Amino acid sequence: MIAVKRVVLDVLKPHHPNALEFCQALSAVIKGSTVKVTVIAVDEKTESLEVSVEATLIDFDLLQDVINKMGCALHSIDEVEVKNEPNS
Amino acid sequence: MNIFTRAEFLLNITRSQGIARRYFVVNGFDGALTMLGMILGFQFSASTPLSITINACLGASIALGVSGVSSAYISELAERRRALLKLEEAMLEDLHESAHSEAARWVPIMIALVNGSAPLLISLVILSPLLLTHAGVVLPISPLFLAIILALIIVFLLGVFLGRIAGTSWLRSGVQTLFIAITTSVLIFLFTSN
Repeated sequence: MIAVKRVVLDVLKPHHPNALEFCQALSAVIKGSTVKVTVIAVDEKTESLEVSVEATLIDFDLLQDVINKMGCALHSIDEVEVKNEPNS
Repeated sequence: MNIFTRAEFLLNITRSQGIARRYFVVNGFDGALTMLGMILGFQFSASTPLSITINACLGASIALGVSGVSSAYISELAERRRALLKLEEAMLEDLHESAHSEAARWVPIMIALVNGSAPLLISLVILSPLLLTHAGVVLPISPLFLAIILALIIVFLLGVFLGRIAGTSWLRSGVQTLFIAITTSVLIFLFTSN
């Protein structure tokens, strides 16, 4: 199985929810995840974020769904780390 | 996420808690002063049957409630839609599936309910001595007089609530709103007791 272990995303977010709420919402849907959000730039109504997610298995569709539901836009996938794991 | 957490989240992302709080006080104050005015009007008039007083006051309470719900819903819906449109422009994205769109639909309803229920519930509390007397409960003092005291207490408590929100003296704020209610009472007395 090819498991996504780490992704770094470029995300545009409205000011609300704030970075902490956004980070917690992402972390809540990926079991055992470590989520790091860095605010790169702040505009009048938006913030550009670098979002790094690490976990044993990242369900990317689920991650993207939460990003959209929080009113954010995924601009690009900047880094990806996957591992080919033999099925147990 | 349960319904209350969800409602809190939607109010939070639209920063609407302050609006709901303000509407609660403003319309609650309206309800309390309207009931105070009506009851004083009946008090200073020639003896009126209790059922007529109750019907007139209940009619006004219902009108205040419906007016509160409809006016807040219409104005908040327009504001939320405008805010969503501005956000979509800034994000260059259709936010139809997002929590912001959900908030644009639900926050006006939540605020309308607060705005409508505040004057209705406060009016019903003020009218409770009249309703109790009408139901056959014997009160130690006149129900109209008790309703006036309740109205003054509620106006004072709304002032206390405002003082606590503003972080200023609750007593001063309570006395200020009480002063407004007493001034209203004096004006009603001057214009109706002839």
